[in-house]
Amino acid sequence: MNRPFDTGMAPHYSPSVTVGGVMRQVLYALVPGIAAHAWFFGPGVLFQILLAAVFAIGLEALALMVRRKPVRLFLGDYSAVVTAVLFALCVPPLAPWWIALVGMVFAILIAKHLYGGLGGNLFNPAMVGYVVVLVSFPQVMTAWLPASGITGQAPGWVDSALTIIAGQPPGGVGWDAISSATLLDAIRNSASTGVSIESLRGTAVFGSAAGRGWEWVALGYALGGAWLLARRVISWQVPAAVIGSALALGALAWLADPGHNPSPIIDLLSGALVLGAFFIATDPVSGCTSPKGRLFFGAGVGILTIVIRRWGGYPDGLAFAVLLMNMAAPLIDRFTRPRIFGHERQ
Amino acid sequence: MAPASRRGTKMMLRRLHQRRLQERRQRQALEAGRRLFPFHGGLRLRHHKTISCEHPLERTPLPQRLYVPLLQQSGREAEPVVGEGQQVLKGETIGRFRQWGSGYVHAPTSGVVSAIIEHPISHPSGMEGRCVVIRPDGLDSWIEPDPAENWPERSPEELLRRIRESGIVGLGGAMFPTAFKVSDARDKGIHTLILNGSECEPYISCDEVLMREQPDSIVLGARILQRAVGAERTIIAIEDQMGAVHHALRDAVERSGADAIDVIKVITLYPEGAEKQLIQVLTGLEVPSGGRPADLGLLCQNVATATAVARAVVEGKPLVERIVTVTGNGIRKPRNVLAAIGTPIADVVEQAGGYLPGAARLVLGGPMMGFPLANDRNPVTKAANCILVLNEEDLVEPQAELPCIRCGECAAACPARLLPQQLNRFIRAGRWSETAETGLADCIECGCCDIVCPSQIPLVEWFRFGKSQLRERAEERARADLARRRFEAREERLDRQKKERKQRITEKKKALRDRQVSRDRIAEAVARSRKRRENDA
Repeated sequence: MNRPFDTGMAPHYSPSVTVGGVMRQVLYALVPGIAAHAWFFGPGVLFQILLAAVFAIGLEALALMVRRKPVRLFLGDYSAVVTAVLFALCVPPLAPWWIALVGMVFAILIAKHLYGGLGGNLFNPAMVGYVVVLVSFPQVMTAWLPASGITGQAPGWVDSALTIIAGQPPGGVGWDAISSATLLDAIRNSASTGVSIESLRGTAVFGSAAGRGWEWVALGYALGGAWLLARRVISWQVPAAVIGSALALGALAWLADPGHNPSPIIDLLSGALVLGAFFIATDPVSGCTSPKGRLFFGAGVGILTIVIRRWGGYPDGLAFAVLLMNMAAPLIDRFTRPRIFGHERQ
Repeated sequence: MAPASRRGTKMMLRRLHQRRLQERRQRQALEAGRRLFPFHGGLRLRHHKTISCEHPLERTPLPQRLYVPLLQQSGREAEPVVGEGQQVLKGETIGRFRQWGSGYVHAPTSGVVSAIIEHPISHPSGMEGRCVVIRPDGLDSWIEPDPAENWPERSPEELLRRIRESGIVGLGGAMFPTAFKVSDARDKGIHTLILNGSECEPYISCDEVLMREQPDSIVLGARILQRAVGAERTIIAIEDQMGAVHHALRDAVERSGADAIDVIKVITLYPEGAEKQLIQVLTGLEVPSGGRPADLGLLCQNVATATAVARAVVEGKPLVERIVTVTGNGIRKPRNVLAAIGTPIADVVEQAGGYLPGAARLVLGGPMMGFPLANDRNPVTKAANCILVLNEEDLVEPQAELPCIRCGECAAACPARLLPQQLNRFIRAGRWSETAETGLADCIECGCCDIVCPSQIPLVEWFRFGKSQLRERAEERARADLARRRFEAREERLDRQKKERKQRITEKKKALRDRQVSRDRIAEAVARSRKRRENDA
């Protein structure tokens, strides 16, 4: 009798979801896309992921120590790794090692920890890191490789590693010799040279429906994204709105002038649109939280991406679109609050 | 058109729209249960009910001492009407209504009052209160019952009096005085009585067992309550997973011959047993914020309350016992027991085979909304629907608390359509006006947000804290308002007094002047008459 008990408050039910669990599932979902990437463009992307992850974990641990936070607990949330992988997927496979370092310094230290760490960042850290290196080192950051079908063979493990470490292609070959324009680059150039988009069909950069190789990578990401949706790790609003609005605007432009604008299918399967729709714009911290807000947020990302692709200064615009919408997220959230139970509609 | 008249037209249209909305709502409320509606959020939780449902209902033997709290309703303590050493019979009144908010308490068995002491009373706050301690004599002999013969001809007022004096409170856990709730609803006009048998919290099965074993008593109670509140029909809402219950209740309704009672199955989704959510499921309507179901012409009562009403009116026996589910991974033989009010929880647990090693937390109520008890000396009260004992493994958190990542899962799960992540932020920052604006008062503390949070933030705890802060601030504001009103009243009084004094002085002066005038006049008259006399002389 009079046995004492612990007096923790309700609910007396252990939650089953953890931040680390969510982030790990995001990483698993990236596997098909990464595999396609490595298949078509060589193992460089794997080295980039490894490099970025090592830098991200190191910098995260450093920042946590400086901020006197429990290092083990916060490293266990895997958010730094997700940031690193998303960043690495946006970097050309043979980019020198210090690109990852610079990117991660801006992503982890500046975009994340200066804003208060996990949950506090206003901007998507991976996109901050990517945009910083993109505008600072444009030449390295646009040195994409041709899909292995074009030149026969993608660079091997050793060549990739040496190139990344040395910052130079092996054997004194220049960047121009091994890199190739992507389909989006070609489309961008066609606008200035007046070549019609249709004539790109059948060239080396064009695959079956969109950019050679890239179309499969995009499908890989879509597969992973569908898995995340099915497991309800992400909600449908952001991907649907990003892809829907991008397709709608792309289709309008294409219908108006099919000679100078790519078809919506090309838009969808090129660049970072699918990756962004399922993995980047769905970042909960820097996006909107209400379902309606997420629709607006996603639509903004999709529209801005196409606007930048068509009329902006970069071949792809997803990173800029995400960052711009990050700024708008708090405002959107404010105006899309759901009606509370038992209250009249305002 | 002139702007003024345009505004007028707009207002007229809006009023018309509101009236149409009102009419539609009334129609919808009248059709309660005809079709079922969804509610926002909610969770599919593992049931854990069969473990306690498999055994037949057992009566707990009388303990050595019963500790009957005098506070057994949301309100104040009853006044004890027995003294130390007094012999009491089962059902005898031992505490009675004294002031607004208190109620009636009865002896759960016959015996001797050994003391009236401060003792734990199974209260959410963990506080102690006065308990009448009864030493049972083992005879369990009833006081002469006072049944209402031929109840369908008794007036609603009499039915309500009997309900009140039998100490009946809401047995679903809220302990709200039933007679008060019914008479308040009656004043507003009720067309449909809803008996809530959708026991949605995991582990709890006392209502299911009751509905299976005493369906006639529930139907009888429903008919009495329906008459007492003046409703036209009754809905008994049960979960779709309670197959046997549905048959039992339907047969009982048929046997009773009542034609205005429907048994309706609702989907099993936590928290559809919460009053507001159940009403939304049955009618598609939302109880207005700060309002009551009576605003929609509805009254909700728990099924166990209905059986208590039936017993009180037809048998004349007050509420002295209840069914308690004793369950959880820390209990050796989970089951439902019929326990006298005041039985120490330790004895009830004994009846269920005692604790298993590793028993770590004792919860009164369910795992989602129940509250922890510090020890098992606490007695069974009228609200004690479930004694849940969790073991250490149940309580392991998968991860320490992390900052909010704004994933929005909490908002998706919230049946009140709140944004828990925003509330959490505002409460932690002490931004109270934003907290109130974001709708903290509408939180029903169901715990759904807490369960889905990947950062393991104890959201409901923060919300309870926030509510207490808002309450405190409201009280403070009320006190300040009162002080200000007092100050203004005093100022006004002083001002008035000053004016009155001034007026009195001027009046006095005037009167004085008047007196002076009259004195002058008298003097004049005297002088005149004197003159006349002199002239005469």
